Amino acid sequence: MTSEIQLAGFGGQGILFAGKVLAYCGMYSGREVSWLPSYGPEMRGGTCNCSVILSDDKIGSPVVQNPSVLIAMNQPSFAKFISDVVSGGTVLADSSLIDVQTDRTDITVYSVPATDMAKESGLTGGANIILLGKLIKETGFISMEDIEGALRKIIPPKKAQLIENNMKAIQLGYDY
Amino acid sequence: MANNKTERVLMKGNEALAEAAIRCGCQCYFGYPITPQSEIAAYMSKHMPKEGRVFLQAESEIAAINMVYGAAASGVRAMTSSSSPGVSLKSEGISYLAGSDLPCLIVNVMRGGPGLGGIQPAQSDYYLATKAGGHGDFSMLVFAPSSVQEMADYAVKAFDEADKWRMPAMILTDGLLGQMMEPVTFKDSYSTPIEKPWACVGHDNKREHNIINSLYLKPQELEDSNIARYKRYELIKEQLPEAETFMTEDADIIVTGYGACARISRNAVIAARAEGIKAGLIRPITLWPFPNKVYREAANTAKAFLDVELSMGQMVDDVRLATECTRPVKFYGRTGGIIPTPNDIFEQIKALAKEVL
Repeated sequence: MTSEIQLAGFGGQGILFAGKVLAYCGMYSGREVSWLPSYGPEMRGGTCNCSVILSDDKIGSPVVQNPSVLIAMNQPSFAKFISDVVSGGTVLADSSLIDVQTDRTDITVYSVPATDMAKESGLTGGANIILLGKLIKETGFISMEDIEGALRKIIPPKKAQLIENNMKAIQLGYDY
Repeated sequence: MANNKTERVLMKGNEALAEAAIRCGCQCYFGYPITPQSEIAAYMSKHMPKEGRVFLQAESEIAAINMVYGAAASGVRAMTSSSSPGVSLKSEGISYLAGSDLPCLIVNVMRGGPGLGGIQPAQSDYYLATKAGGHGDFSMLVFAPSSVQEMADYAVKAFDEADKWRMPAMILTDGLLGQMMEPVTFKDSYSTPIEKPWACVGHDNKREHNIINSLYLKPQELEDSNIARYKRYELIKEQLPEAETFMTEDADIIVTGYGACARISRNAVIAARAEGIKAGLIRPITLWPFPNKVYREAANTAKAFLDVELSMGQMVDDVRLATECTRPVKFYGRTGGIIPTPNDIFEQIKALAKEVL
């Protein structure tokens, strides 16, 4: 089984970080993984996206053309990538920033006002992780344990408070 | 970063290469920033001083390669890294290293060209790496990894072989492999550098002094040195060629590509098989020496070859030479930083199958 995930939004929203969390989850659950960022003259506020593949088999191209999961965190990314999603695929959209409308009926779109939820809970900047919480609930291809383990690996012990905040954000998304 | 020695860690290709270089005893890194290889320099700047080794950001690429020359002459493992335009600048120094029979590692994380080109992945420096690394009669060892694990493994291999054969080695890779992250495992221990009695480390009046030089003003001496070097090349061509094959045994269509293109082509080969086209893949790992034998053998049974590159067609020449033009070799390439999809390559396979099957 192979999951191809596209994450896209503005630079500074934690797109690459959220992708990294997913890649770590895959790795710690024993799967093959690849993570490929868009790179270039990008900066805070510019567009940013990354491709993550989790697979039981060897991964060929690390470039995701047709994602089975799209996590969109701004309007241009939603508009640009929604048509690429495979039939039967899943879209998670930050509806605080996106007017979530599409003609496609062959995909499942979840609107989560992640940016507002993060702000209200004192977790500003955690919208990306809230969306991962929703992803866990709706797709089940990664588990709560995997993601907690991944966060513990990525975040150094001296910043333990960040682990707590991230887990809070995961839970918020999961319960939405 | 990678503390536990057998643990899988998630790293960028550039970082994995740098970590492996440190682990196999690279004493000196000299570089100059350029996208998409800058993570190598960044990683080295962070970790080399901690190990008591040398990290130096030179004033230019030219300065960096000449610093490598100096460090290599003293017998230590030394390296530099850059991306395409920066490697052009290093050409002169590479030729001097080859002419002086000095081992070192040069990493080229290719981006689009010519000129300043772009910063997205490309493979348009194949000629530069395998045919024209600089002026004069010489070759360097060229390795083309195709995963983050191989970025690490072949950095070590490149150092080992460079030392063994006393010549520069290049890792020829691209922005895709440099920037992507995959799990990688490092070994407990790597080969330690070999004795280098030729190194200039001071003779204490106990032996003849060593001379490292590429200048031979007497024609016969220069020719003799060239002939000796080319004799060594003949041995290397026998011993070193390396390639990976995938489903080639019964293949009618052989797809071939290195680095990033090999990964993408693998998906295409699987897709072709699923539609009943007998496709296979040859992935050269050493680009110099080129693994001619694998191609020659495949040409006995295959009906046609499809060479895929992120260039306008460079390695395709070597594929045609290796197969001695006994089979049609079709070329498919993209440039400018555009990465073909597995489906693009699958379409090429289908079209070729229609022609020859």
